[in-house]
Amino acid sequence: MSKAAIQTLAQRFPDAVQDAYEGVGGDDCAFVRKERIAEVCRFAKEEPSLLFDMAPYVTAVDYLGVEPRFEVVYQLYSTRHNHRIRLRVKVPEADATVPTVTSVWRGADWFERYCWDMYGIRFPGHPDPRRLYMYEEFVGHPLRKDYPLRGRQPLVAERDVPDLYRGPGPSGRD
Amino acid sequence: MSTENKAMAPPAAAAPDPLEAPFPSRRMMINLGPSHPAMHGTVRSVVELDGETITDLKLDIGFLHRGFEKSCEQVTWTQVFPYTDRLNYVSSVMNNVGFALAVEKLCKIDIPDRAKYLRTITSELHRMCDHLTLVGALGLELGAMTVLIYAMEARDFLWDRLTEICGARLTSNYVRVGGVSRDAPEGWQDKVLATLDRAAELRGEIDKLITRNRIFLDRTRGVAAVPRADAVDLGFTGPCLRASGEPYDVRKAAPYLVYDRVEFDIPVGANGDNFDRYAVRMEELAQSDRIVRQCFEQLPPGDIAIDDVRYVLPPKPEVYGTIEGVMAHFKIIMEGIKVPAGEAYSYTEAANGELGFYLVSDGGGRPYKIGVRAPGWPMTAALGHMVKGALLADLVPTFDTINMIGGEVEQ
Repeated sequence: MSKAAIQTLAQRFPDAVQDAYEGVGGDDCAFVRKERIAEVCRFAKEEPSLLFDMAPYVTAVDYLGVEPRFEVVYQLYSTRHNHRIRLRVKVPEADATVPTVTSVWRGADWFERYCWDMYGIRFPGHPDPRRLYMYEEFVGHPLRKDYPLRGRQPLVAERDVPDLYRGPGPSGRD
Repeated sequence: MSTENKAMAPPAAAAPDPLEAPFPSRRMMINLGPSHPAMHGTVRSVVELDGETITDLKLDIGFLHRGFEKSCEQVTWTQVFPYTDRLNYVSSVMNNVGFALAVEKLCKIDIPDRAKYLRTITSELHRMCDHLTLVGALGLELGAMTVLIYAMEARDFLWDRLTEICGARLTSNYVRVGGVSRDAPEGWQDKVLATLDRAAELRGEIDKLITRNRIFLDRTRGVAAVPRADAVDLGFTGPCLRASGEPYDVRKAAPYLVYDRVEFDIPVGANGDNFDRYAVRMEELAQSDRIVRQCFEQLPPGDIAIDDVRYVLPPKPEVYGTIEGVMAHFKIIMEGIKVPAGEAYSYTEAANGELGFYLVSDGGGRPYKIGVRAPGWPMTAALGHMVKGALLADLVPTFDTINMIGGEVEQ
């Protein structure tokens, strides 16, 4: 459905939009070089034949053990043309920064904060680069694959309360 | 004589009315929440006030963050369903459906027609529950307690019907990969139709009480208006986007289940203010009613899940009677269903907007990544933008009309 959209992008940015493919269920996707993502998105929003005026979802994935390790995934939608594409940006661990797209779609604000909070990917130029869910004193990024499932970082020290059902205090709990 | 002179003097224009004189005001920061009786859920909002007018608002969320994605990465694909119930706990079947469709997209499964209809019926009933909650709470916030009572009555009747098919009022856990978990019980259809009649009556009562009520109109019209261009740019979906005049509904734009086989309309607002968000929901209640009735007319007999032991548990007589049955059961329970490696984004129209699941599978029995695009996310993010210039008293009703559900937004 939106193969034409991907083609337009690939023609306009031959060195930035690469490896276009059709995903499961007919989703049209492409990889974008991370330095150019803001530029590509700006074009995708403004070009009359594309008009991707909404970014419904931006998220990240941690492919631990694969280089580059992270990926930021942008779902774009055009209310005018009713078509969708998915742009994937590979992000190496050593330089985990991606240019922000909040200047293109204001709706990307919290999604990028989420990516920083959960995966530790920085978005230079973001107007409010705080954590989204966790507190500022939190160390690490919980959705990284090397963050332990039961890692506990209480903001206020946990009290050692004997628990009849779950055994001794916080050290042995969970 | 003197009184005559007074009467002749020009009216108050020269001397300002002391009642209208501006009070000296200064900037004030107040903290609403995280635990405040008027806030929905535990959300902290730092409000900057000039008198009673909001000049800035910052939201601090995460108090309900339970690590949904991290938890889901540790369990099998089937075990994720109870977790999705807890995303939007007012309309849990829709989360089940959204997740099931995403997994089925990766597995390339097409489910039987009867399962599709049952999913649609339960989804629409839950959509009604969600909208009724919102309308009732909005009434409550603006001083119309009766509205809440009517809405809760209708919602509880609907939840009773859902209990009869799912086994639980809130956390339904009804849908499975490849179908649904159980068929409609005997006589369920008539009960649901009777409940819909009662819900329509109650909806009529609510409509009569507040839709033309002077106080309600004054408090909601023109409050927290979001123009269409802003709503799209901010990533609004669902009733909030439609209230701003953009007729985008996933059920029409990319039909799934049986939404292309039933007739329904998409209500659209004009101003995107609190009143429009309320009115769109009221009309969607009527449209959901229509969809459910049509689904019952079309409901075909047949299986409620695909017949494929790679995805669906075999029937119990087979499990207890044959070795193949035991093995299939064991494999699904212990290892989880095998979802082909790959990634997919699937989106459905939940009660508050587009509910998207971005799944990454490495081919194993457990999800590698489950990204949830919660419908209420962008609206909550935009709250500060929406209430700028509104009165402090309008913050809570606005918070209600965007229907921020902590379970899904904070995951």
